[in-house]
Amino acid sequence: MPLWLFIFLAALSIIAAAGLILQRHPVHSLLALVLTLIVIGILFIGLGATTVGFLQMIVYAGAIMILFLFVIWLLNLQTQPLEGGRLALKFLGALGSAALIAELLVFVLHLPAPLGHNQPVAIDYGSIARLAQGLFTSYLVAFEVTSILLLVGVVGAVALARRTTAEGAPGGSP
Amino acid sequence: MAPPSYFMGLSAILFCIGVAGVLLRRNIIIIFMSIELMLNAVNLAFVALSRAWGSVDGQAIVFFVMTVAAAEAAVGLGIILSIYRNRETVNADEINLMRW
Amino acid sequence: MAIELLIGAIKAIIVLLMVLQLSAILLWFERKGSALIQDRIGANRAAITGFGRRLGMPNLGFVNTLMADPLKLFTKEDFVPAGADKFLHALAPFLAMFPVLITFAVVPFGDVLIIGDQHINLQAANLNVAALYILATIGLGVYGVALGGWASNNRWALLGGIRATAQMISYELAMGLAIVSMVMTYGTLDLQAMCHAQSGVWFGWLPRWGIFVQPIAFLLLLTAGMAESKRVPFDLPEGESELIAGYFTEYSGGKQAVFMLIDFAEIVLVSALVTTFFFGGWNFPWLYPDGFHLPGGAHLGLPNVAVAIIEVITFTVKVVAFCWLQILARWTLPRFRYDQLMRLGWKGLLPVGLANVVVTACVIVFAGV
Repeated sequence: MPLWLFIFLAALSIIAAAGLILQRHPVHSLLALVLTLIVIGILFIGLGATTVGFLQMIVYAGAIMILFLFVIWLLNLQTQPLEGGRLALKFLGALGSAALIAELLVFVLHLPAPLGHNQPVAIDYGSIARLAQGLFTSYLVAFEVTSILLLVGVVGAVALARRTTAEGAPGGSP
Repeated sequence: MAPPSYFMGLSAILFCIGVAGVLLRRNIIIIFMSIELMLNAVNLAFVALSRAWGSVDGQAIVFFVMTVAAAEAAVGLGIILSIYRNRETVNADEINLMRW
Repeated sequence: MAIELLIGAIKAIIVLLMVLQLSAILLWFERKGSALIQDRIGANRAAITGFGRRLGMPNLGFVNTLMADPLKLFTKEDFVPAGADKFLHALAPFLAMFPVLITFAVVPFGDVLIIGDQHINLQAANLNVAALYILATIGLGVYGVALGGWASNNRWALLGGIRATAQMISYELAMGLAIVSMVMTYGTLDLQAMCHAQSGVWFGWLPRWGIFVQPIAFLLLLTAGMAESKRVPFDLPEGESELIAGYFTEYSGGKQAVFMLIDFAEIVLVSALVTTFFFGGWNFPWLYPDGFHLPGGAHLGLPNVAVAIIEVITFTVKVVAFCWLQILARWTLPRFRYDQLMRLGWKGLLPVGLANVVVTACVIVFAGV
């Protein structure tokens, strides 16, 4: 993607991520995270990985975040008051994050030469056919195990979230 | 075209913002969302490097990371709901029964 | 480069205008069509400062109604309830509208139009992962509805918003499975390529439309699409007799107009998708890029511009036919109860969709199609 587009999207994602950690209301934080996820999806598409980019939008922004939204509604979270105190932790945490950012940036902006530019790739580089070829040959075992993982996740989530009979009848439809 | 190091830099910054969110916020849901942000920053690094090498392996790994994150989000939110039902709070400071 | 940008921009504007005009006309369709079905006359009087009367035609009929209704909505007071989240309350209608409109970017409304040496593909954006793009935008359409219900600071609106969100994410799955089976049948995610694959005939006279190959997926897509757009019989989220207006109770004026417009734009979207996947899109039976090749062997040569115009008109007629079908369904069927709705989505459409995908896969692999 052209450099100016990358700078714009990067700035947008950083501002949205900062919004995530700085907003007072959980729903506003969630919307900031959704914006970050969509921008990251656009970056994926710009890098040529179109399938993964759209999957990011379908799975992350379109499903997981809705789940978060439902839980925030279920818990009826209101605007969180500004937390005072614990200044030592906040100061050290900010210092530590800044140090981490500086160290990582120094590292990644001077990558070894082979990683300094993009390899030329085929025209269907990010297509679903290429991804599926990799998934069903090299990563077949991981693929099948992931499907079992999802099944276990579904069963576990339902088991955790259902009300026990002591608290009242299992919730029907709202 | 922005070189891969720029994408890695962005990934590093987003990751660190996620770390800051986990450290500085006390609401469990916001902590969880910061963890999702960290996972996405890592996904970005994977895709950028997969493009740099010209292979599709990075994208396959991103596929798995996304799936695992989905399962983890579902189970994690179930745990948060159970915690809320027992403790009536989602403030991480007040869930300190097992702290010294 | 500049000329391509210009052509792209013109195509995008044309598609957007086509959709918005069709949505507005569907509003009139709905009022008069429902009146026909219910054996009444419907709205046929409107006077904008006595406009019609002065011309000697007191009831100008649909022109007046078409103009008067939106004009009334946009000049109403825009009321934000106390304690509502102002930013989200204002953002929600447009957040809901945006995914519906941008999905039309990949719907092909014609084949190639050749002007001079420019081959203009009559599709606003030629994505080669168009089916995935459609699934992504439909998934993002949930946010506007959810936030609209929540930001109103009204528990009935929130209830409608929750119902709508749960319904939409449930029926997204059935839609996705129907689209996946079509992608498997045609071997491509590109919608224009799918339309090209549906030109031609079998046995010399039967057009190669998708419905003859995948009838179950057609029913799945139509049903799931109607549930996605929260049309009756799936309109419990905005159940008029129960929740006033559900998630857009607290909206008035222009924002309510936008929510209503979304309803009709989604009707057009579902019709366009069904047309593209199952009814050949812009394909007129026996029409090829160089003219008609009729079953008897007759050949009628036509210039490219005429072929393109016939294709665009064919597409529009098919879309309008399915819009009409959905309006008919609305005024014929009673509303589903919520648990019936969810049961249909999860225990009815989802297994049928999965079985369809499995059967399609088996046919493709074993019959070598």
